[in-house]
Amino acid sequence: MSGVPVDPVYGDGPLPGEFPYTRGIYPEMYRSRLWTMRMFAGFGTAVDTNGRFKEILRHGGTGLSTAFDMPTLMGRDSDDEVWSAGEVGRAGVAIDTLADMEDLFADIDLGSVSTSMTINGPAIVALAQYIAVADKTGVDRAALSGTIQNDILKEYQAQKEYIFPPRPSMRIVTDMMRFTTAEMPRWHPVSISGYHIREAGSTAAQELGFTLANGFAYVEAAQAAGLDVDDFAARLSFFFNSHSDFFEEIGKYRAARRIWATWMRQRYGAASERSLMCRFHTQTAGVSLTAQQPEINIARVALQALAGALGGTQSLHTDAYDEALALPTEKAARIALRTQQIVAHETGVANVADPLGGSAYVEWMTDEMERRATEIFDHLLDLGGGSILEGVYEGIDNGYFVGQIADSAYRFEREVNDGTRIIVGVNAFTEGEDGDQDGANLLRIEQDTEDFQLKRLAAVKQGRDDEAVNRSLEAVRHAAEDPGANLMPPIIEAVSGYATEGEICDALASVFGRYVEQAIV
Amino acid sequence: MTDSPQAAVAGRTAPIRVVLAKLGLDGHDRGLKVVARMLRDAGMEVIYLGLRQTTDTVIAAVEQEDADVIGLSMHNAGHLALAPRIVQAVSDAGLDVPVVIGGIVPEADVSALKEMGISAVLHPGASAVAVGEAVREAVRGSLGDQPVHD
Repeated sequence: MSGVPVDPVYGDGPLPGEFPYTRGIYPEMYRSRLWTMRMFAGFGTAVDTNGRFKEILRHGGTGLSTAFDMPTLMGRDSDDEVWSAGEVGRAGVAIDTLADMEDLFADIDLGSVSTSMTINGPAIVALAQYIAVADKTGVDRAALSGTIQNDILKEYQAQKEYIFPPRPSMRIVTDMMRFTTAEMPRWHPVSISGYHIREAGSTAAQELGFTLANGFAYVEAAQAAGLDVDDFAARLSFFFNSHSDFFEEIGKYRAARRIWATWMRQRYGAASERSLMCRFHTQTAGVSLTAQQPEINIARVALQALAGALGGTQSLHTDAYDEALALPTEKAARIALRTQQIVAHETGVANVADPLGGSAYVEWMTDEMERRATEIFDHLLDLGGGSILEGVYEGIDNGYFVGQIADSAYRFEREVNDGTRIIVGVNAFTEGEDGDQDGANLLRIEQDTEDFQLKRLAAVKQGRDDEAVNRSLEAVRHAAEDPGANLMPPIIEAVSGYATEGEICDALASVFGRYVEQAIV
Repeated sequence: MTDSPQAAVAGRTAPIRVVLAKLGLDGHDRGLKVVARMLRDAGMEVIYLGLRQTTDTVIAAVEQEDADVIGLSMHNAGHLALAPRIVQAVSDAGLDVPVVIGGIVPEADVSALKEMGISAVLHPGASAVAVGEAVREAVRGSLGDQPVHD
């Protein structure tokens, strides 16, 4: 601000952009390219969201991010009376058939945008629908660019949006990795997500250890399916949480890069530099936001965003201050975006790569996070007889992950309860709470969306060739029964004939079964 | 951290039995698990059903387990649609069991929920004492302050 010239980086090697990338994956980090401000949102019908997408593109944006509603995320059609009533279009957009995906991307050239789809259990259906839209509009599959979250392992551990049991689900993920590697070189088939593990209650070290272990599990599964690590590793990316313990978070990000690079080179034989780089998205911690004095959440989000920036994230979502009360209003979402713009453009933290590198405390914390994560890897290797993948399966089966996360969540809650951990506005400094959450300024979703979507789905079912749909679903079942087949082509075929997401998931479930979690407290 | 190991309500000696569940597709179970442990620490007997329950499975559990109170966790803005359904299901089953809701529920909806027959609503950040007291109070209310004879 006062015009003092600064270098892109300070300190001795290894520098940012050099193995093991502790200090960042690029030599000049944000000085060469600022993090991407990627705000996640979704609402209403596909047509509504399409309007929002076009607005983003008109304003020069090139990245589209899709949030789906709960029925879509769970592989249920909007007209599923047991599971979907009351949830259609509430937390995101409802996608039942290809017709909805066509509406979602109407008049948008899929060859020139990058699309992020946050979906896991039925991710293969969503990707098939996206490909079918491209096929129908004459866009080359190889030109498709984007990310599908598709991190099924953390669903059993934390987010709980699974459909099938773990092993067949991993077969689906590896089928998608194989398909995108061959046909869609610009597509990121898995975004390995610690965010939800943390939100469910884990510590920072558990988030780090579980997430990287899941990453290793995908690598082992893909290698077992015959893929060369350097053909897919550069398209794996990560998604971390940024919680309130500032230096712990920064140490976590730095340790993540170092561990990933080291393991990818030493254990998995990656040769390409790009296979070694842990690229990640960060979102501030929704769970840290308080319903009490909600405006002070803006300060929490700002500090968490700063930790993400100092930790070297590639993209960032900042949470809206009203998220402990309801889905964010437009104003709250705008304040959240402005918050990270202040971090990016006013604070000067983007001028120097890894500005905290070399701090005795930060380096110690980085080592400590690595040490704790390594204990988790050792435990999983033990459980899996030398295989992280098998260890993760075992940890899901025996309740290790959910148990560890629930223990940490309860410990945190007890500390808040007995006052050893201060949460401002909740167990300390509570005066000033006006109690005036009259709801006038909270977002409400109306029932219209559900009514519209039910009519839309009925019309699509009316207009399609049911016999062709049944044949295509039979082909999906056959492919599911044949471990040597790839599920992508028959599912693309089925969605192209307007089979619904629910029908395809039912066909897969008829072979794979459905996962039911053991209720453990 | 608990106010008292005494989990029973005045006039009855058996510990309170509480069924905890989430209805529908919402998978946010952190709060429900924490509440389960809080109530256990407070000496109550917790029947934890967990995720993806329906009104039918909740009612069946209440009947089988002879539960005193139902605790439901909601985080996806479905509370106004789901509350009348569970209250109706309790009444259809001929049960006199109070329902407590916890989770992301705007303050403005609390009176509507109470009119629908929900006994208490707990918000994020509720202390273990507040959670235990709300459950005890709900049970006391449904007992009409009458002694229970088993």
